[in-house]
Amino acid sequence: MTQDINTVEVLETNNMIEHNNLDVRTITMGISLLDCADSDLSSFCGKIYEKITRKAERLVSTGERISREYGIPIVNKRISVTPLAIAGAGSCKSPEDFVKAALVLDKAAAALSVDFLGGFSSLCEKGMTEADRNLILSIPDALSETRVICSSVNLASTRSGINMDAVRLMGEMILSAAYKSRESNSSACAKLVVFCNAPGDNPFMAGAFHGTAEADCVLNVGVSGPGVVREALRNAAGMDFEELAETIKKTAFKVTRVGQLVGREASRMLGVPFGILDLSLAPTPAIGDSVSDILEAMGLERTGAPGTTAALAMLNDQVKKGGIMASSSVGGLSGAFIPVSEDQGMINAVEAGALGIEKLEAMTSVCSVGLDMIAVPGDTSAETISGIIADEAAIGMVNQKTTAVRIIPAFGKAAGDTVDFGGLLGHAPVMKVNPFSCAAFVRRPGRIPAPVHSFRN
Amino acid sequence: MRKAIITVVGKDSVGIIAKVCTFLSDRGINILDISQTITGGYFNMMMVVDVSSLVEETIDDISDGLKKLGEEIGVSIKLQLEEIFTMMHRI
Repeated sequence: MTQDINTVEVLETNNMIEHNNLDVRTITMGISLLDCADSDLSSFCGKIYEKITRKAERLVSTGERISREYGIPIVNKRISVTPLAIAGAGSCKSPEDFVKAALVLDKAAAALSVDFLGGFSSLCEKGMTEADRNLILSIPDALSETRVICSSVNLASTRSGINMDAVRLMGEMILSAAYKSRESNSSACAKLVVFCNAPGDNPFMAGAFHGTAEADCVLNVGVSGPGVVREALRNAAGMDFEELAETIKKTAFKVTRVGQLVGREASRMLGVPFGILDLSLAPTPAIGDSVSDILEAMGLERTGAPGTTAALAMLNDQVKKGGIMASSSVGGLSGAFIPVSEDQGMINAVEAGALGIEKLEAMTSVCSVGLDMIAVPGDTSAETISGIIADEAAIGMVNQKTTAVRIIPAFGKAAGDTVDFGGLLGHAPVMKVNPFSCAAFVRRPGRIPAPVHSFRN
Repeated sequence: MRKAIITVVGKDSVGIIAKVCTFLSDRGINILDISQTITGGYFNMMMVVDVSSLVEETIDDISDGLKKLGEEIGVSIKLQLEEIFTMMHRI
């Protein structure tokens, strides 16, 4: 028989929740729209609205109930759907048709009071169908006309290489989305991410979509907890690396167990299979809820200083080791996120001149996910954005990991300015971009071939 | 048996335990264990109660009632199902 819980343990858990921002970041219901495919657009729109609102009818109330019963905040309730370029291929014959479908998804999300709905997506790492191209062309309008729809495009993979035609097109679409949402600080770009090796079971936005290999309806859970790890490292001075690793691992274990409990309970109450638990350390703009603060607690004066990549590599690995012990359903992205605008420590590091895009790029080679929530000057060229995407995709492709780019060319802003997106998206300092051109490189048509899968050195 | 943990945290005063216990006995809830410490004038109590016979709505009502009681006597009272603690602290 296991020993009863004691006061110290109860207080530790409640301190994590009340003082260190421990929360479950999201429960995300993945819903397949494959059975809604139709050759008629209005019939397709009717079917997707009906299926989403039926399957997720009790999602928000269930999340709130679990939150009340266990005293753990569940910050977001979200939905991910089959990439619309697949489900809508038969019915959406033009970019305008895809915008109409996006508006229906937004309406369904509003009816359910979910925070975000992801899956306005295309998987085109090897080539684009007509539907992929139309969806991509519709992204700027779709994101600026909807409220909570998130879009993602997987344009590279280790198996297929980098689809440079899609990379080039996405550079243009990101700029266009920034312009079309200029009244709200180019915020459409905060709901748009491009991927290499995108997982089909990620519960985090903007990149969540319901992969085609998934069951009809599943529940995925994303935990958080940078503040808890930071607190555990409060007495880290003088620890050797082994102790440091152990401390992070144990904390990640505890955080993940909470996610496992929430996922299991939500799955039981809703009668939907539990998919995966994503154990990413996802920061928020709240003071102390920062991945950057963890790196600094490990001994860096500022995030971005030499040693940052090594510290992050170790943090990311220990989080995985602790989390994998805590749950047998670990999936999604699972690592440390380093979004600039959503992490006050990262913002401070950029403003202090310690952290730039190049160092962030190096950091993305050892952690999930990529260049995330990075604001760049509004006059950055589409080719330069494509070049940044290609670099990031190359890191993912060669290292067999997920990488992503969520970049905001803030309309009318220059390096050193600040853009504010509000809420969990936070505010970002506009970062300097390398001024030299890559236009002649990214304008080449075709695909960068997949890397060799042998001779690994 | 389904158990819940009630925690009471706040400045010490006369009759905190009595009030919480009365609240629970009025609603027919059995207390399985109580432990309490006072450090620096601060009161920390943990109580294990049996909620096996309660439906989810009743647990909600009791949780809200305890929260209100806490506000009246100037302490923070929380009721949480035990599993969040066992999941985190027991393998």
